[in-house]
Amino acid sequence: MSRIARRFAALKKQGRGALIPYLQACDPDYDTSLALLRAMPGAGADLIEIGVPFSDPSADGPTIQLAARRGLKAGSSMVRVLEMVARFREDDGETPIILMGYLNPIEAYGHARFCADAAQAGVDGLIVVDMPPEEADLLDGPATAAGLDLIRLVAPTTDDARLPVVCGRASGFVYYVSITGVTGTRTASSDELAAALPRLRAATDLPVAIGFGIRSPEQAGAAVRAADAAVVASALIATLEETLDEQGRATPETLPRVLAQLSGLARAVRNA
Amino acid sequence: MSAAHTNEAACGTAETRPNSLRAGPDPRGRFGIYGGRFVAETLMPLVLELDAAYAAAKADPAFRSELDYYLKDYVGRPSPLWFARRLTEELGGARIYMKREELNHTGSHKLNNVMGQILLARRMGRSRIVAETGAGQHGVATATVCALFGLKCTIYMGATDVERQKPNVFRMRLLGAEVVPVTSGAGTLKDAMNEAMRDWVTNVRDTYFLVGTVAGPHPYPQMVRDFQSVIGDETRVQMLAAEGRLPDVIVAAIGGGSNAMGIFHPFLDDASVRLIGVEAAGRGLNSGETAASILRGRPGVLHGNRTYLLQNEDGQIDEAHSISAGLDYPGIGPEHSWLADIGRVEYVGATDDQALEAFQLCTRTEGIIPALESAHALAHAAVVAPTLSPETLLVVNISGRGDKDIFTVAAHLGVTL
Repeated sequence: MSRIARRFAALKKQGRGALIPYLQACDPDYDTSLALLRAMPGAGADLIEIGVPFSDPSADGPTIQLAARRGLKAGSSMVRVLEMVARFREDDGETPIILMGYLNPIEAYGHARFCADAAQAGVDGLIVVDMPPEEADLLDGPATAAGLDLIRLVAPTTDDARLPVVCGRASGFVYYVSITGVTGTRTASSDELAAALPRLRAATDLPVAIGFGIRSPEQAGAAVRAADAAVVASALIATLEETLDEQGRATPETLPRVLAQLSGLARAVRNA
Repeated sequence: MSAAHTNEAACGTAETRPNSLRAGPDPRGRFGIYGGRFVAETLMPLVLELDAAYAAAKADPAFRSELDYYLKDYVGRPSPLWFARRLTEELGGARIYMKREELNHTGSHKLNNVMGQILLARRMGRSRIVAETGAGQHGVATATVCALFGLKCTIYMGATDVERQKPNVFRMRLLGAEVVPVTSGAGTLKDAMNEAMRDWVTNVRDTYFLVGTVAGPHPYPQMVRDFQSVIGDETRVQMLAAEGRLPDVIVAAIGGGSNAMGIFHPFLDDASVRLIGVEAAGRGLNSGETAASILRGRPGVLHGNRTYLLQNEDGQIDEAHSISAGLDYPGIGPEHSWLADIGRVEYVGATDDQALEAFQLCTRTEGIIPALESAHALAHAAVVAPTLSPETLLVVNISGRGDKDIFTVAAHLGVTL
C-alpha cells in the first residue's frame, strides 16, 4: 500500500478528512522552503503538495505565478526539488509528498528517469497540470513502474460521459478543481460542491480532494465535510509573500506566520 | 519528380493522397511526435468540443460558402501574386514574386484565419472572444471581426509589445476591443499567450479562444493551417497562370508559423518545390538573443502542444528576442517541427540587422513597405536569389505591411519621428 493510500486509510479510521497544504519549492529560497516543508506535518499537514516552479504556469493565478518566479530566481530546478524531498524524508517517512507542476520540466529530465529518481527521493504522487488523460500514456508506464501515483484532475467542465475517462486510470486520490479558473481566485459555493461530489463518488472509489480557491479555515472545513481532503495553496503563499522583506527575502516572521495559518486550517479540518 | 506528379501539379489540384505529407495530424492531433493536446482538464472538454465543431463546419458546404463570401468581399481575396521586377534586377538571379498578403483588409495574412474562426465561434454560440497578440496584427484582425459581428473582445498583449506597437494598440481600442497589457515575464507574446489561456480557463462557458497561429492544442494547428492554406492555394493557381508551372522556391518568415504553413501546405507533396522557413535569429543565432526555436531549441511541451522550444536544461522556457514583435516567441507550430525533422522544409535564420536591410530594400525597389516579420523572409530571399539561375521562380510571402513598424525602424536608423 502506498503512503498516500495508507494515510487516507488511517484518517478514515479517525473519521476525519485530510489537510493538504502546498508550498512552492525554493520560495523564497531553498533553506526556508525546506524548513517550511519539515515543519508542516507538525502544524497539521496530512499530505503535502510541492509546487515545482515553471516559467510559464498558465493554469495558475498571480500568487503562485510570483511564487514560481521567486523559486526560479532562487535557483530551483527539478534536481533541487528532488533533493529537497530526499532531505525531508531523512526524518519523515510517513507524510505523503505530491509534486505538482507542468510537464515540460519532466520532459526535460526524461520521463522514466524522472519517475525513478522522484520515487527514490521519496515522492509519492504526481499532479501534472497540463497532461490530461489523453496524453497521460507517456507517464503512466514509468510512474507505475516506479510506484508513483498519477493523480488526476477533475474539473467542473468534466461531464458524466468523460468522468470514467479521467478516473479510469487514476490512482492515489482524485483532485477536484472546484472552479473554472486559475489557482487562488474564486471559491466554489457549497451548492456547487454539493452538486459535484455525488457525480465524482459515482465515478471513483478513490478519496477526493478539493482544491483551487480554498482560503479560510471555514472553507477548508466545508471541503472536508463534502469530500476527503482540502488543498490550500495560494492563501498560504500569500501569507508567506506578506512576510518577505523588500528584496523578497525571508524574515524571522516567515515560518511562524505560515505555520500559524496552517495550524488554524488544521484545527478546522479536524473539527469539521 | 514523376510525370504523374507533374501532370497533377499542372492541373492546379492539390488533393491529399495516400502517403501524402498533407494528411496530418492524426486523430490525437499529432504530426509525428509533435502537437497533441496538453491542456488542463478544465479546458479539455472545450478542446474536444472545438474539434467536433470544426470537423462539422468543414464538412458543411454552407460554412465554406459563407467563408468564401467574407474572404472575397470583406478580406479582399484573392491577394495578387506580384512579379518584383526591380528587386529581381537588383539582386540578380531568381525571378522573385511576392504573394501580397499585406493587401488584405487589416494589412496582414492574419484575417484569413480570424475570419474562419469567428464564423466557427458564431456557429458554436460563443458571445465573447479572447486572443493573444504579439505585433498586434492578430489582435487587430480579431478586434476587426468582433466589431463586424458585434462580439465582446479581449486582447492580451505583452506590456513590452504594447509599448513598441502603439499604433496597433490604438487600432484595437478604436475597434472596441479591451486591450490588456501583460506584465508577467518579459511582457511579450509568450506571456500574452499564458494570460489568454488563464482567461479562457476562467470563462470557459461563453468564451472562444481565437488562436492566431498554427500552435496550441489540437485542433488549432490544423484549423489555422487550413484557414491559411488559401495563401498557397492561390499562389499555385496564380503561378501556373503567370509562368505555366509551379514555383521552384517559396520563402516565408516564421514566428508561430501561420503565414509559412499557409503558403507551404498546398505544396508539401510537390517535391520539386523547395520550401524555406525563415526564423528570427535576433542578434545572431549564437548570440543567445534569438527567436529561432527550430535552429536553437529542442522539443518540449508548452501552450498545449509538443514542439521545438527555446528552453534551458531544466525545461524552463527562455525569453525569445527579435526586433519583430510578431516573431518574438520561443516556440513554433508543431507541424513545422515535424517538417523540420523529416527534412521537407529547410529552416534558416535572418538577424534583426538583415531584416532591417531587407525592409529598406523592398521599400526602395518595389514601393512596398513590408512588415518586419515579412522582412525576415525577404532577407533570406536576398541571400538565396543571387545564387539561383534566372529561370528559377522564387516566391516570397509578404505576410503583412510595415506601417506599424515605421517607429521601430526609425529608432534603429537613428531617426526621431
